[in-house]
Amino acid sequence: MSIRGKACIVGAYEHPTRKAEDKSVAQLHAEVALGALRDAGLTRADVDGYFCAGDAPGMGPLSMADYIGLDRLTHYDSTDVGGCSYLAHVAHAAEAIAMGKCKVALLTLAGRPRSEGVATGTAPRPGDPRQPDVQFEFPFGPAIANMYAMCAQRHMYEFGTTSEQLAWIKVAASHHAQHNEHAMLRKVVTVEDVVNSPLVADPLHRLDCCVISDGGGALVVTSPEIARTLKRPVVTIRGAGEAIKHVDGGRIDLTYTGARFAGARAFEMAGVKPADIKYASIYDSFTITVLMQLEDLGFCEKGQGGKFVADGNLISGVGKLPFNTDGGGLCNNHPANRGGITKVIEAVRQLRGEAHPAVQVKNCDLALAHGTGGSLGTRHGSATLVLERS
Amino acid sequence: MTETRIPPAPTPDPSTQKFWDAAREGKLLLGRNSKTGKLHYPPRPVCPFDDEGEVELVPAKGAGTIYSFSIMRAKVPYAIAYVELEEGPRMMTNIIGAPFESIRIGQKVRLQFQPTDGDGPPVPMFTPA
Repeated sequence: MSIRGKACIVGAYEHPTRKAEDKSVAQLHAEVALGALRDAGLTRADVDGYFCAGDAPGMGPLSMADYIGLDRLTHYDSTDVGGCSYLAHVAHAAEAIAMGKCKVALLTLAGRPRSEGVATGTAPRPGDPRQPDVQFEFPFGPAIANMYAMCAQRHMYEFGTTSEQLAWIKVAASHHAQHNEHAMLRKVVTVEDVVNSPLVADPLHRLDCCVISDGGGALVVTSPEIARTLKRPVVTIRGAGEAIKHVDGGRIDLTYTGARFAGARAFEMAGVKPADIKYASIYDSFTITVLMQLEDLGFCEKGQGGKFVADGNLISGVGKLPFNTDGGGLCNNHPANRGGITKVIEAVRQLRGEAHPAVQVKNCDLALAHGTGGSLGTRHGSATLVLERS
Repeated sequence: MTETRIPPAPTPDPSTQKFWDAAREGKLLLGRNSKTGKLHYPPRPVCPFDDEGEVELVPAKGAGTIYSFSIMRAKVPYAIAYVELEEGPRMMTNIIGAPFESIRIGQKVRLQFQPTDGDGPPVPMFTPA
């Protein structure tokens, strides 16, 4: 059974905070939950499905269901694949709705790494010693930044990709972020700004990295029947795909990501091609993350990502594929160090015609949102959604 | 390079004790499927590739080439890398004993175990051949 057309996103809310020193993580979850429900024109009493991931404090969904006050849940899911969890959750919610396991699903994400002073990308984190890879990796100092940097290094070696080409991705994100009043980095940057910023992990510079921000977001997914009774524009889930890529017993290939499989599955279900997509939200922990995923999703040939992103091709109103028109993780927001839910939220804004007028894509009726969770340099989950305006 | 990073010690578990005991003797062990001959890394008791066959531990020659690398610009900078062993598997490691600016993909390297923090087992790093 396919979930194509079986569920719709009717509520989407991004917390305006980027630094929540005076709030708790649980509070942020509750605030975004109510924000998304208000956006949908629904209430907590309507929610019978709840989805959260590893950023939610407590065991799976238990503490958050309690704290938010969700008391009629017939379905829950706390699948955690890092930053792409929330795209997987949208697909899982659609499955649950199609199966009749719930009618109104709420998804939340929130965190405050900025207030907590987490050195997100540069400090190696030990992880659970029972995690079988830790003893073979942690001694060598794998951080997030140097793992993605090794992908970039190999991409440059195999395909001649340059730092200047990667920089164009940040430039495009900054062109969009200037219009977002909540964005952390609103200053438009140039290719020179990016390549002249300090190296964090060669060949990635500081401006190749995403921001570290507090905040959160939430989504409400429901059936097409209920969606039609609500006042908001209806965004239908047309395709979804998931994949895991890993080290493969020592056969790791750093030149591609799980998007190759997740994307293909989503496009197949949706019955559309990359060329049909009017707007794309692409996970952007680093510039190289975007470049590799664009190739793997089929927006250009493998190895041609550098040429594809250069010269403003990702800038709304300028290039062929407007991406991350909220400024993305690179400039706007990367709440809880997990950029998945904001990817879906901006795609929903575009499909509703509610993006900032300066970046709104004309006649945006088909959009893609793609996320990665974990590390492209070792093991990661990938999740893709194809969404359409109904 | 004025200061060298001291790597944190790995925490062996019952399934990897032999690997780390061998490390103390300067040997890098790979997992080999007794039936198919396929090699994997890091070694584990159940072959990740084939349902049949037992996993035996076999020493690597210790020669390889750099598959990719990055210089982490930390307070004490270090070079993280994947090295492709002559036997095939690629493994996460550090490149040591080389000026950072001289490190290249494709460069030939050889195994050199390095002591870890405390009295933990040494870990397999690589230096230009």
